[in-house]
Amino acid sequence: MNSTVTVTSHAIDQEFVTDIVAKALRAGASDAEAAFGEGDEFETLVRLGQVEQLKEAGSRALGLRVFQGTRTASTSTSDLSPEGIEQLVSGAMALVRVTSEDPYAGLPEREEFGTLAGDLDLYYEDVYSLPAIERIEYARRAEAAAMAADTRIQNSGGGSFDAATGRKILANSRGFVGESRRSSCSISAQPIAQSPDGGMQRDYWYSSQRSLALLDSPESVGREAARRTLRKLGARRVPTQRVSLVFAPEVARSILGAILGAVNGNAVYRDSSFLAGKLGETVAGSNLTVIDDGTMVGGFGSAPFDGEGLLTRRKVVLTQGVLTSYLLNTYTARKLGLQSTGNAARGLAGSPGIGAGNFYLEPGEKTPEEILAEIPNGLYVTDLIGHGVNIVTGDYSHGASGLWIENGELIYPVEEITVAGNLKEMLHNISSVGNDLIFRSAMACPTLCIEGMTIAGE
Amino acid sequence: MQAASPDTRKFFYEHLGLNDQILERCLSEALSAGGDYADLYFEYITASSLMVDESLVKSASQGISAGCGLRVVSGERTGYAYTDDLSPERLMRAARTAALIASGPSKQQVQGFRESPSAGLYPIASAGSDAETAAKLELIQRANRAARAYDPRIVQVQASFADELRRILVAGSDGSFATDTQPLARLSVSVIAKEGENIARGSSGGGGRVLLDFFLTNKTPEYFATEAARQAVLQLGAVPAPAGEMPVVLGPGWPGVLLHEAVGHGLEADFNRKKTSAFAGLVGQMVASPKVTVVDNGTMPNRRGSLNVDDEGSPTQETVLIENGVLKGYMSDKLSARLMGIADTGNGRRESYQHIPMPRMTNTYMLAGEDDPQDIIRSVRRGLYAVNFGGGQVDITNGKFVFSASEAYLIEDGRITAPVKNATLIGNGPEALKHVSMVGHDLQLDEGVGTCGKAGQSVPVGVGMPTIKLDKMTVGGTRN
Repeated sequence: MNSTVTVTSHAIDQEFVTDIVAKALRAGASDAEAAFGEGDEFETLVRLGQVEQLKEAGSRALGLRVFQGTRTASTSTSDLSPEGIEQLVSGAMALVRVTSEDPYAGLPEREEFGTLAGDLDLYYEDVYSLPAIERIEYARRAEAAAMAADTRIQNSGGGSFDAATGRKILANSRGFVGESRRSSCSISAQPIAQSPDGGMQRDYWYSSQRSLALLDSPESVGREAARRTLRKLGARRVPTQRVSLVFAPEVARSILGAILGAVNGNAVYRDSSFLAGKLGETVAGSNLTVIDDGTMVGGFGSAPFDGEGLLTRRKVVLTQGVLTSYLLNTYTARKLGLQSTGNAARGLAGSPGIGAGNFYLEPGEKTPEEILAEIPNGLYVTDLIGHGVNIVTGDYSHGASGLWIENGELIYPVEEITVAGNLKEMLHNISSVGNDLIFRSAMACPTLCIEGMTIAGE
Repeated sequence: MQAASPDTRKFFYEHLGLNDQILERCLSEALSAGGDYADLYFEYITASSLMVDESLVKSASQGISAGCGLRVVSGERTGYAYTDDLSPERLMRAARTAALIASGPSKQQVQGFRESPSAGLYPIASAGSDAETAAKLELIQRANRAARAYDPRIVQVQASFADELRRILVAGSDGSFATDTQPLARLSVSVIAKEGENIARGSSGGGGRVLLDFFLTNKTPEYFATEAARQAVLQLGAVPAPAGEMPVVLGPGWPGVLLHEAVGHGLEADFNRKKTSAFAGLVGQMVASPKVTVVDNGTMPNRRGSLNVDDEGSPTQETVLIENGVLKGYMSDKLSARLMGIADTGNGRRESYQHIPMPRMTNTYMLAGEDDPQDIIRSVRRGLYAVNFGGGQVDITNGKFVFSASEAYLIEDGRITAPVKNATLIGNGPEALKHVSMVGHDLQLDEGVGTCGKAGQSVPVGVGMPTIKLDKMTVGGTRN
């Protein structure tokens, strides 16, 4: 097996993309924006020691957004031939005639564009440096470490090693052209444990980084996956009640995700968010400060420019409980009479949406152990399932599992219950914020203790 | 309905420069290092969408995506490569990459294909035209007007129309060959109602493997718009949902998402082959009340989850999963069928050419029973009546599943009373359906909005159910 990365038949450069913008203008567009994206991926899955899946591939595609005055339309294609591009342009020009005049539509103004100077450390060639046989070995080691941890682990969903790289180019008719590259790689393990009564539980753990050199060892990933799985064995239900809930960092992110959804400019200008119209108001406890930062070196959510070619930046979304910024792109900023916050997110198809950079809650003082130690009776929530957040009303209801807390100790696993509340109250009822902020992805949250939520169970 | 298949093979051969010889060479190359089976999956998708928002046509987009996935299967191992460059050189290179999974002597040459006939489950679409775009726009403008006219408290309306035409060609090293042209359309309406400080959302939509005429004759824009507006206005008056175990009555249609989560995923063959499902080894055992019969059926005309052939080229079928409470069998693709010695049920599906196929549901529903839906409601002293849901999720290993009610009411003394706020319902797959004590005679399929996610791949599916009563289920509200 060799590890050659797919090389595109003819490399697409900035000139190719700006030329598509020029073609659109020649076809009658008053403004245009073209985006090119390409990616390569390698995935390997090992199960019970044997290679189960190997996948290796690359793909690329183009997107075009055109304006005619304040009308807009967009097209995308994976056909990069001259005929394909001709169709991309003519299709967009045909569609733009059916859309409405919208005074808020349009590209950003010329003086707004920019791209961060310097290297954000988003791309490392080393993600592809391992020969295929060693990538398989990484996956195999992660799974083996999980399965060696305890005799109750005799089955597995597998161990994996994945790597990917991507490159994108954005160009528009107001003079912006930018290019960025990124890489990522990850190791994971998903063991399955069985208790003597036959009940099965699974969990997983992973390490994900932009560089191979930064990954945790496969053995540590496997051991942590095993620890998480074993602690779920023998889980039981608990009665319906109201107690303190401690959210582990992996699930505390769901609270942060709800805040992210509620400060999204698209929900705000439509008045369809429980945080709409609340700028400058106290919407959470003074122990909550939430930051969005697209400029962190090596960050999973970092980029030199946003989906419209504006500088990414750092902004404080909640300042000690006061709502101080929404996340906006150009369109939603104009609708709200504000400035874009550099949060335009653009895929290849359609108009730019809104995306966060690195979105996180500032850590507090206490260790997770100190937070747990203060709980006389409560639930340590380790897993959530379902899609039970209503951003319009703030209603929050999720399936959950975790560990029961008694006198500060974790005493037995709990499953098949729900946890529910309303975010408007939950954000004021966070009694502790942990000091354990770790970026495992673009969104990170420390351990949180929340009062006043309802457990529904037996 | 037309029975004749459109000439999809001709489309691929003429449009993309393919021919039998290229496919044979690629398959031979794919098996050059051994392996049990290889296949090529070509896909060409054209998609378009239009949206009216704040009464303006704010967005119009269309896209083309084409590519080929090449797979080599050797025992339990799968090698996969894909390319969006469909030149013979690129296809051959992808075949060599996929071939690396196997290590053995070259298999014999692949010669000749047998094309299977099409079942003709959906209409044949023509290429989009300007007139068609105008007609779609008229549909969503009608939806916008109808939603706003429903009630002055409706303050925001988004109406969209999205459709695609997916052409596929699958050629296997065993000489199997199948093509299909699959239309898929959906009209969606999402609204916000406001009364003072009180705000609520409502949404509705539907469609299937249908063309534009479906929305002019069967389900009109006004039908979906009125439904979305009704839900939003209703939610303005919703009270907190109850918390804890109680009898739950599920209405007909979309609440069938219960089956999709509680038993559907757990009965996909791959999880049972690997013994990672809570249902592993339970064939022949009671997993539900004797009143429960559940099927997966990919052959229903025009349904969102239907397919003439699956994404491995196998014909779809009706598969009985649970019969009178007894687990009968699993939904399988080619790989699990061969390894488990069971039938390939035509459930091998994939999101796109970039994805490896696996067992997936099509349209999954419970057959009608004999109870009167009114009697079912009347039988409950205190409980929940849930008629609309958002998404659900399941942990197939421990069997715990959830689904989120977006429209539900309290039942008090046999009568439907106050609407309640959104709440998640939770249960245990192999146990939940044992608590089904009544099954209505009112089987309905959903409107055609479902999308199922598994291992990072999304595919369109259908669900359905008559009104049923579960004697107990846990409702995740806040009111103790």
